[in-house]
Amino acid sequence: MNGSIFGFLFLMWILILIGGGIAVTILGPISITGYGDLDPLINSIVKGGIAISLSFIWIFVLTKLKNLIFRKTFNF
Amino acid sequence: MTELIVPGIITSVIAFFTVYFSMPPLIKILHKNNQAVRDIHKKGEVMVVRPAGPSLILGVIASEAVLYAFLQLNEILAIIFTTAIAFLIGYVDDKRVMGGWFKPIGLAVAALPIIFLGAYESDLAFPLFGAVQIPILYIAIIIFMIVITGNTINSIDVANGIASGFMVISGFSLSIALFILQNYEIAIASLPLGFIALAFYKYHKIPSKIFPGDSGALTFGAMYGAIAIVGQVEVIAAVALLPAILNSFLFLASVKRIVEHRELNHKPVELTEDFKLRATNDKKARISLVRLIVAGKALSEREVAIAIFKLALFSGVLAIITAFMMEVKLQ
Repeated sequence: MNGSIFGFLFLMWILILIGGGIAVTILGPISITGYGDLDPLINSIVKGGIAISLSFIWIFVLTKLKNLIFRKTFNF
Repeated sequence: MTELIVPGIITSVIAFFTVYFSMPPLIKILHKNNQAVRDIHKKGEVMVVRPAGPSLILGVIASEAVLYAFLQLNEILAIIFTTAIAFLIGYVDDKRVMGGWFKPIGLAVAALPIIFLGAYESDLAFPLFGAVQIPILYIAIIIFMIVITGNTINSIDVANGIASGFMVISGFSLSIALFILQNYEIAIASLPLGFIALAFYKYHKIPSKIFPGDSGALTFGAMYGAIAIVGQVEVIAAVALLPAILNSFLFLASVKRIVEHRELNHKPVELTEDFKLRATNDKKARISLVRLIVAGKALSEREVAIAIFKLALFSGVLAIITAFMMEVKLQ
């Protein structure tokens, strides 16, 4: 078996660690106030939007890495 | 901790032997009812019965119900109900061929007991950096987690013994991580997953006597996801499942839509004359983990299974390292 699959899994793990760091440092401190009862909802919408954006970036980076690592194998 | 040893041993023994002893009669009944499909990786018309789901869910309910009698935790009820609903979704799909939308929506419904029983904390913990509080968003994560784990285990069920062997490694990795994090009650509740998979592996390994079917695969996946949520080890669970996630990622990246495997016409792998698996040259065929593994050279079904188990072990070690890293804070 090609060692590149192990390498790709390792990169996925590193990306999860980095993604976690970004999530905690960016999402954690966000606290929107001044909208009364709507504060939790607005906070969640903003945090959700950022989380979804981060997920798309994660998938985009992963796709690029996949193309880079497995290009020779399949000519994607 | 010491007071949990007896419940832990009893639960594990019940989980293992319920599946071990209920599988042979189930195989007989399925043979009698002609519930068999062709094993496409074997020479000739080898027929294998399916699904193993009824025996697996029996093991889950029997072991977790006994553990509930000891500990009376809502988290255990959530594991039982979520897994049982996922089994039913899979069983319907085993009996009647449903569209690609059915399982994701069904698994989303399966996640609801975790929410209604309040068997979760809304903090999402990451290694090195701590946790982030996301009270409302976490509800979406619960549903997403069950859908993802259910489908990824289902998608890695590609050859004899792989889904069960993979689940043994991932399940016990998750249990070890829970013990490291001193979440002992959920660690005990997670042990049946590994033992059920281990008992099933005896019948599922090459040459398979029974296939898990959708009901078996979704039972494994949903139980794994439920344990990850109630045990607050979502990230660790994802790491232990990386080969299966990679398989799903490769599938979605090449197909670009949610679709059942049976709806795809182009084969990613084919059989050689000596019944080994090799990657096809079909550029329209989806990329899969197996296709990557056999891209270099044709391998037997057993060699493919061993390769996937090595990847699962690698991810299991990463998951355990991640568990240790949870105790370290950079800030």
